[in-house]
Formats: sequence, C-alpha cells, structure tokens
Amino acid sequence: MGSLPETVPFPAKESTRVESGKVLAELGEEHPEIVVLDADLSGSTQTARFAKVFQDRFFNVGIAEQDMMGTAAGLALGGMVPFASTFAIFATGRAWEQIRQTIAYGNLNVKIVASHGGITVGEDGGSHQAIEDLALMRVLPNMAVMVPADGPETRAMVRWAVTYEGPVYIRTSRIPFPVIHDNGYAFELGRGHILREGDDVTLVGLGLMVHQCLAAADLLAKQGNSARVLNISCLKPLDWELLVVSARRTGCLVTAEEHVATGGLGSAVSEVLSEMCPTPLRRVGIRDTFGLSGKPDDLLKHFGLTPEDIARAAKAVIPRKTRP
Amino acid sequence: MRDPNRLKEIAREIRLDIVEMLYRAGSGHVGGSLSATDALVALFFGHMHLEPGNACYPDRDYFVLSKGHAAPALYAILARLDFFPREELLTLRQFGSNLQGHPDSKCTPGVEVPTGSLGQGLSVANGLALALKLKNGRQRVYALLGDGEIQEGQIWEAAMTASHYSLDNLTAILDRNRLQIDGRTKEVMSVEPLAAKWEAFGWHTTQVDGHSIPDVLDALQACGSVKGSPSIIIAHTTKGKGVSIFEDQVKFHGVTPSTEEYHQAVKELQSV
Repeated sequence: MGSLPETVPFPAKESTRVESGKVLAELGEEHPEIVVLDADLSGSTQTARFAKVFQDRFFNVGIAEQDMMGTAAGLALGGMVPFASTFAIFATGRAWEQIRQTIAYGNLNVKIVASHGGITVGEDGGSHQAIEDLALMRVLPNMAVMVPADGPETRAMVRWAVTYEGPVYIRTSRIPFPVIHDNGYAFELGRGHILREGDDVTLVGLGLMVHQCLAAADLLAKQGNSARVLNISCLKPLDWELLVVSARRTGCLVTAEEHVATGGLGSAVSEVLSEMCPTPLRRVGIRDTFGLSGKPDDLLKHFGLTPEDIARAAKAVIPRKTRP
Repeated sequence: MRDPNRLKEIAREIRLDIVEMLYRAGSGHVGGSLSATDALVALFFGHMHLEPGNACYPDRDYFVLSKGHAAPALYAILARLDFFPREELLTLRQFGSNLQGHPDSKCTPGVEVPTGSLGQGLSVANGLALALKLKNGRQRVYALLGDGEIQEGQIWEAAMTASHYSLDNLTAILDRNRLQIDGRTKEVMSVEPLAAKWEAFGWHTTQVDGHSIPDVLDALQACGSVKGSPSIIIAHTTKGKGVSIFEDQVKFHGVTPSTEEYHQAVKELQSV
C-alpha cells in the first residue's frame, strides 16, 4: 500500500474492550435481535454500556460462564443474536466444552466477545491472563476467530459479527493502545491486510502486536531493512494467500502474538507455509510459561513482546533466507 | 391426543423401536431410553404443540434432550411424528446415518440442539425460554434431564438462572431411574434430597410415577399454569422399563442386548 506513510503516526489510543462495549450499545438500537450476556464482569467487559440502555435484552448469569454459553446458544436457537462476554480465560477455558459441544458443534449464531486477552491484563496476574485462548478457539470447526488491532477495527468487527451467521470469537484487550486504522475501515472475514510495504522480511501480527510490528518496522528501517507488515486480525479462516504471497516476496517472516507461541498465530502461519511455501520463520510469543503480575509495559518486556524483540527476531531470520 | 390407552400403546411401540434400533446398532443406551419412554410419549403425543411432518413448524414447543444418550427414544418419537422416514431408525449410529450416536441438530430433523455431553441442556432450554419471552411467544420449552446428569455443576447454574429470570415457560422432566454407569446414584454420588434441592432453587417441583402416562400428563398440564417460576417434574422411573431382564440393571446403561436377550425383549414387549 504505497499511500501509507513510512512512519505511521499514532494519534490516539483506544481500548478494544471499551470500543466493543460502545459499539454494541450503539448497535442495540438498530438491531432489536441483539441480546447481551455477561458473567458478573459487565463493568470490565464494558457490556454494562448495552445493559444500561437495553435492560430487557441484557442477561447477567452471575459467575457461571458455562451456563452463560449454553444460555447464549438457546437464545440463538430462539432467533436472537447473542453476544456473550467475560474475560478471555473464563470464556475459553472454563466454558470450552460448552462452546465446543453446543455452539461450535451446533454451528449456532453466538458471538463471544472476550475481554482481557493476553498478558497486558497486567496486575491481576497469570490466573487472569488468557494466553491460550486463540489456540483453544482455533481448533474448533465452524468457529471464526479474530483479534482487532485497534478501536476502528474492533467497531468494524463487531458490526460485521451482527450480520454474519455463525459462531464468532473476538478477543479484546484491557489496555488502550494506538489507533492505526481510520474510521472508514471495513472488516472482511478471512482477509488480512498489508499495513506497510517492505522486501526484507514480513512481520505478521494480530491485536496489539500489530502496532508493535509497525514500530519494529521503524526500528528495522533505521538499521537498513525494509519490512512488510501484515495485520492478520482474522486468525480463522486465515488469509493463506496473503501469507504465501508475502513469504514468496520477502523470503522470511516473523509472527508476533500476545499468546503462547504454540497454537496461535505463529502456529497457524507455520502450518500454512510449511505445506504451501516452506519459508524461514521466527515466532515471537510467550514461551511455555504462564503470565505474571506487573505493569503491562514491564510484562511486554519480560515476555519478549516489544518492537525490539520483533526487530531482533527479524534480524535473526533474514540471514536464513534461501530466496531473495 | 389424551387417550391414555392410545398413548400407552404408542409407548409400547416406541419401546419395540428402541430395542430393535439398539440391537441392530450393536451399541447405545437401552436402560435410560426405556426409562424415559413413557414420560416422553406423554409429552410429545399428549401435550406438546407440534406439527407432525414439519419439524420446523414456527409455533412449535421446544424440546431439549439434555440426557442426550436417550437419543434412541427421541429418534423413535421423531420418526413417528414423520419428521424423517421411519426406515432411518435402523441406521442408528452407522456411518452416513442422520441418526448420530448422540443428538446432532445438523443431522436430525426435530433435534433442536446437539447434546450428549451431560449437564448442558438446561442452560440451552433457558436461553430458548428467554428468547420466547422476549418475542412474546406463547410456546413452551421442555427439557429432559437424567438423575446422574444433575451431578454436573452446570445444571445448578442453570437452575439458578431459570429461577432468577422467572422462566415459567419452561418445564423440566427429571428421569429419576436411580442408576448411572458406575452403579446406583446413591452409591456413586448421592443426589438426594432431590425435590428439596429443586424447591430450594426456586422451582415449582412435583413428583410423579414416570411410567403413569395419565399422571405425567396431569403434571405437565399443572406446570403450564404455574406463574413466575420454572417447573420440574421428578419422574420416578425404572431403568430399562418394559423388559424384565433390563429392568433396574446397571449393566444395561450402555450395553445392548445379545441375540437371545433381544428375542426375549421383543417377545415381552409384543405380549403386553
């Protein structure tokens, strides 16, 4: 995309969690079929915004995530469009089998918007930091899995989810992070986007790691390397064509995710490329360990998820290229 | 149809179908299918608002088989409602069959939601009941639970939800056959005091002889006029009911009859 500036300015920060709550409250007016469920975390997940306006279409099930997923499934069967929210760890961990047996197996029209994904949950610590959720959702047939890279993409994704027929998992984050899309951005299922052109390496990110990849591309530019940056916000179905084209063009890749380095984005990209276009690749992610309490920035540093870490991975993989 | 003698005859025929299906399939759950047969026949042929031949009838009442392993009983009933050809019953559990080992809504007309992993159906029934309330629908939602199944914690989450949201358009039937795979419920994990538990969770609770079709019909009727709370009918049943060698036998939870047992079962059911 030639029209994008070399250095993307970050004019504002937004929290994808807050934006999902805001847009849901907006959509409630034009879509009377939307109902929202929460499991006693409506203030944190921001579904309280919807609850405040549409009291009769908001169902707090209490601290009972398994029941919430089943209830959402029933509401979908009854013709409503349910959005079920809680923290990502409880949505995908506590209620995985309910999601699997009823929602995914039945291919029911339930939208799971799970907040507090990743280690940037911060101070609450490892028990509350979902770093396995994408792996857990990605293995489920019928489930679409996505992580917005900023506020505009969150709004577009939630809007899209209302009219899409089928189960959807959307992971949002607690902390605000830079806005990289404009408000006209439209989400398309299974479509990745090139945010920056470059030839030496492809940096593939999702969620807040997309802006980390853009910052890493800036660092690499200063060191004389140009990086193509992809936003793979839709992890399933995966835009394999864009990945293969990018692998052929740059000859090596780095994936970056706020998730364990197994089972998520790095795995998904590796699966596609090893079958279709074997290409040297490095995975930036959390290495076989749990999260910790701390400030989000300190945790990103500790777990090796900073632009510097991504740039370092790029520097390590570029010499392994076998193609130009 | 409320003629108890006619319904009793249907129940006998459904039991024959169940035995035949399971014998042919070579696997499946005979005990819990037979224990639930009378209550299900009362519900489907004597009470629920349904349109035979049209599983997607928009004004239908909804049914969730939370104890999904009783699928053979449900399938036999759905076939009799002309939701799919009766010949398909003999394909149960076979490759390519529309009748999966446990209910799958994607395959079988009349199955509203996949079940089989225990403890999950009541939550789904709650969601359906909530949707009907939002749409001012007059239909009701029914769910069949197993007595072993209620050992799952999610059942009690759902019990709270139904009560909290005053789901008086929901009636659950609990198939109290007193057995589960590993033995008697009182030995594996006691579920008593059963009625007191449901009452404490805010449910209108009644107990009936689950093999008395008139009693089940009366209880269903009475639950329909309860306002402000969900209802549960604790149906006291005998596992394997209708075939003497299966009755109250732990073994026949998930074991199908031998050829000899099959012939005896058919003979008994035909001579009733």
